[in-house]
Amino acid sequence: METAAVEATDLVKRYGATTAVAGLTFSAARGAVTALLGPNGAGKTSTVETCEGFRRADAGRVRVLGLDPGADSAALKPRVGVMLQSGGVPTGARAGEWLRLVASFHAHPVSPDVLLERLGLLSAAATPFRRLSGGQQQRLSLAAAVVGRPELVFLDEPTAGLDPQARHATWDLIAELRDSGVGVVLTTHYMEEAERLADHVVIIDHGRTVAAGAPSELTDSRQELRFRADADLDTAALGAALPSAARIERRGEGGREPGEGRGRAPRTEYAVTAEACEGVGPELVATVGTWCAANGVSPEGLRVQRRSLEDVFLELTGRDLR
Amino acid sequence: MTRSRTGTPSDLFAPAPGAAPQHRMIAAQAAMELRIMLRNGEQLLLTMVIPLLLLTGFSVTPVLDLGPGPRVDFLAPGVLALAVLSTAFTGQAIGTGFERRYGVLKRLGATPLPRGGLLAAKTLAVLAVQLVQTVLICATAAALGWRPQADAAGAAYAVLLVLLATACFTALALLMAGTLRAEATLAAANLVYVVLLGLGGVVFPIDRLPQAVQPVVEALPITALAEGLRSVLADGAAPSPWPVVVLAVWAVIGAVLAARLFRWE
Repeated sequence: METAAVEATDLVKRYGATTAVAGLTFSAARGAVTALLGPNGAGKTSTVETCEGFRRADAGRVRVLGLDPGADSAALKPRVGVMLQSGGVPTGARAGEWLRLVASFHAHPVSPDVLLERLGLLSAAATPFRRLSGGQQQRLSLAAAVVGRPELVFLDEPTAGLDPQARHATWDLIAELRDSGVGVVLTTHYMEEAERLADHVVIIDHGRTVAAGAPSELTDSRQELRFRADADLDTAALGAALPSAARIERRGEGGREPGEGRGRAPRTEYAVTAEACEGVGPELVATVGTWCAANGVSPEGLRVQRRSLEDVFLELTGRDLR
Repeated sequence: MTRSRTGTPSDLFAPAPGAAPQHRMIAAQAAMELRIMLRNGEQLLLTMVIPLLLLTGFSVTPVLDLGPGPRVDFLAPGVLALAVLSTAFTGQAIGTGFERRYGVLKRLGATPLPRGGLLAAKTLAVLAVQLVQTVLICATAAALGWRPQADAAGAAYAVLLVLLATACFTALALLMAGTLRAEATLAAANLVYVVLLGLGGVVFPIDRLPQAVQPVVEALPITALAEGLRSVLADGAAPSPWPVVVLAVWAVIGAVLAARLFRWE
């Protein structure tokens, strides 16, 4: 059987007294998109840079395409593409010139001009790196990561700071890489990106894997009933009216719907969740509706929805700012 | 885990990994380094404009007492030495310091180009710039009346000194760039350039310096290069081993320390 693209086991990375990665385990399949999702400072970049061979793990084991990123780096470099979180290009190098240089390090590169065109950089080809916009710099770094036709690419926050057009162009390119059989490991803190792009999501917090699976596996079994109401809703009373397998919780300020009058007080978002097996069924909707009617509460935007990856993420990683 | 492959008609990205032949990588990297150096205005000021101004200015004006003989005979070898210092040391230290700071060295480290190949490419680019400098300085000096005395052995000795000094200055530049912050490297490399320009027998004869500091100054690589070039080019003297020894010792010290202490990011 072919080895995985990346296999990390009990990875530990420390910087002085700080432990950035604290026994992290994950794997990434070949020809698939794996997203490492986590808040800032969760250890995503340290993990990726250990896989790339830039950093040596203090403990644990990493295998990339079955090889050791430290000892076998010469064999791995032609096979693995890398996009750093920022920089990596001489400020005086022109965009096209840099991409042609990286292409010339490889035996069978993608045509640099084709790649520039695909990423909307053709008009900027003669512009020095320091005068490119942030989004153009990101796209050039992405182009340089894939120009050598690698088997596997590591993309560290590939869409950070991009405008919507550039973000979609990047997503299309990543999907095309996957369809061509290239393994992609990317880090992101955009839920939407992980949800629509990744075959496999690894949620990381405090240097550990807190959940992993397909986006649908992480969100599927968790349906919930959502509505907005006044902030002083008596959740204890509503909770008492619910079946024992269900509970109600506040989900923070719901804000106003677009076009809603500014005169009204902002409303709070509530969620009723149920234990996995029966989920949120019609009876539960009826129970909540009945209770609201009896208590004069008008539940706005009442709906049953799958929990989003963001809900799962916030539940697992908490709501504290970092 | 793998989704069904729709496959694009072109399959632009179908994996086909492989490194290019090493000589092609080094040639491409050297060409890039050279273009960036020649495009950098501040570097050109240091490597081309200042040496030519010093050569011309002090040759045509009697501001400095440079001893007997035409002033240009004294100045041309010193300015050639300064040109080597400016490109191999100052330019490389500053350029490499900022490349480290901006993650360029890190990014190049993830490509198939080996570290030795990067060093070779940088050296080739430095030598190419030095060739341009030498041609410009010699042509200007000739126009100012310079007639070098060297025979074939003297010329070969001059080339040897320049190559040895290039290795020595490059090693010291990488030592500085690989250990200090980019801003500190920028300041320190310029300071070293100015101090050595004043002290190192480049345009001011070292026998005017206080007796006590002369042995120290004579042990500097810039002095060894300037005096060594001057002895064969201006005086037509036989090649002396002293400058070769000084440059070789500095080159070895610099290379050993740089190899040990250089941090790539």
